[in-house]
Amino acid sequence: MKKLKSIGSVLSGFSKGNIDFLPVGFIVVLILLWEGVARLALVPPFILPAPSKVLHTLVTTLPLMEQHITATMFEAVVGFSIAILAGILLAIMMDSMKIIKRVFYPLLITSQTVPIIILAPLFAMWFGFGYLPKIVIVVLVCFFPITLSLLEGLESVDKDLLNLLKSMGASRWDIYRMVKLPAALPSFFSGLKISGTYSIMAAVIGEWVGGKRGLGVYMLRVRQSFAIDRVFATIVVIVLLSIGVLKLIGYIEKKAMPWNKEI
Amino acid sequence: MKKLEIIEVTKYFDALYTLENISLSLEKNQFISILGPSGSGKSTLFNIIAGIEKADHGKILIEGRDYTGKPGRVSYMHQKDLLLPWKTILENVSMPLIIKGTEKKDAKKQAEPYFHLFGLEGFENHYPHQLSGGMRQRAALLRTYLFSQDIMLLDEPFGGLDAITKRKMQQWLLSVLEDLKASILFITHDIDEAIFLSDRIYILSERPAKIKEIVDVTIPRPRDHTTFTCEAFVRLKEKILAIL
Repeated sequence: MKKLKSIGSVLSGFSKGNIDFLPVGFIVVLILLWEGVARLALVPPFILPAPSKVLHTLVTTLPLMEQHITATMFEAVVGFSIAILAGILLAIMMDSMKIIKRVFYPLLITSQTVPIIILAPLFAMWFGFGYLPKIVIVVLVCFFPITLSLLEGLESVDKDLLNLLKSMGASRWDIYRMVKLPAALPSFFSGLKISGTYSIMAAVIGEWVGGKRGLGVYMLRVRQSFAIDRVFATIVVIVLLSIGVLKLIGYIEKKAMPWNKEI
Repeated sequence: MKKLEIIEVTKYFDALYTLENISLSLEKNQFISILGPSGSGKSTLFNIIAGIEKADHGKILIEGRDYTGKPGRVSYMHQKDLLLPWKTILENVSMPLIIKGTEKKDAKKQAEPYFHLFGLEGFENHYPHQLSGGMRQRAALLRTYLFSQDIMLLDEPFGGLDAITKRKMQQWLLSVLEDLKASILFITHDIDEAIFLSDRIYILSERPAKIKEIVDVTIPRPRDHTTFTCEAFVRLKEKILAIL
């Protein structure tokens, strides 16, 4: 027991300031393990390259990847923005008019059961090989979590609070502006975080079908030439971009809800 | 003139009566309590007076004019403070003025002078979660007051507070009412509270809520903590307990 306690206190000591060093340490151990496996040549390098090799490739090929990163980011940002607008609009409409919810809600749920990977080639057929089919995929992937979480936020506002505002003669617009929209912000942001992380991945999936630029296109090319280290380098870039989007949303969330910070 | 008149209001959900033939009148500067068990439809009555719920029968007159089913004239205060957590206290209390169409700046200016009277001075720019339960209820009362200064509907406003804070708030309410000159309709299930605060008590029966008895409280004002133990208070309490 004593031993367990001391381990516990050592582990809790790993977090300093805002950073929890425990998961960081765990990842470092995993990477070191991987490096060891690769160095000892337990797995051939064309199947699993060493992390050091991946890092080296990442640094040297980054200038080459730049245009692909830009293309993917463009698709993700445009698609995500459209998804946000569509999500907000649809959620407010479903919340304010029950008939719209009755019509759209089942359709919305069903739409999420359609496998996007199968749809992607169809979109290429319909919309060509430019940016459009990729953006459409990003929108389809992203708007659902946004719509659903915002709708939930709007519907969970205290009924007594709504009654109070009605008794004061507040209009529907007043109620949305003053109560419903701010009250729904926390759930709206949790939806944004989910779909924000998906946005980059969705763009990459869209690019797999074909195109001129984009990390998905690049990934296919390097995989076909068996440059596995470059495949891994691309994965690292995608992961970093997704985390970047997540962090940015988290930052905006904190700025948008100053009252939450002090609780 | 009568400030507020409730004339034969009846309300039923499905075939079940909630309110049966409730009539009540509130004079200017009068404090009336509605005393009854929880869940007897008292809050429904307030919703009907505030105009956000429809009565199946009956009328609401305010200063002689028909306000049945029309919101925006009187507001009420709830057991929960219902302050918006993302707005400061000043923004919260000036909200009803903004809904009525006052500019944000002017609304704040109108609200500010009352902060002293309501014991909220210095907390204008605090968020609700930074205040104690008693202070939040005072802010909620100020918000109600700023909405309709002459008539206030208070729905178990101190029901969620601890006993000590509740006592303090009751005494504070009486003292602040000397300045405010408002007519008040007060819902409670606390007999002591009803006697201490009111000029008149309407005792409601359980569902369906009917007026069982009207009791006048003749204990002279100003009242203070000694009121709770005076002879007239105890006699009145015995009488009400017997009715309930």
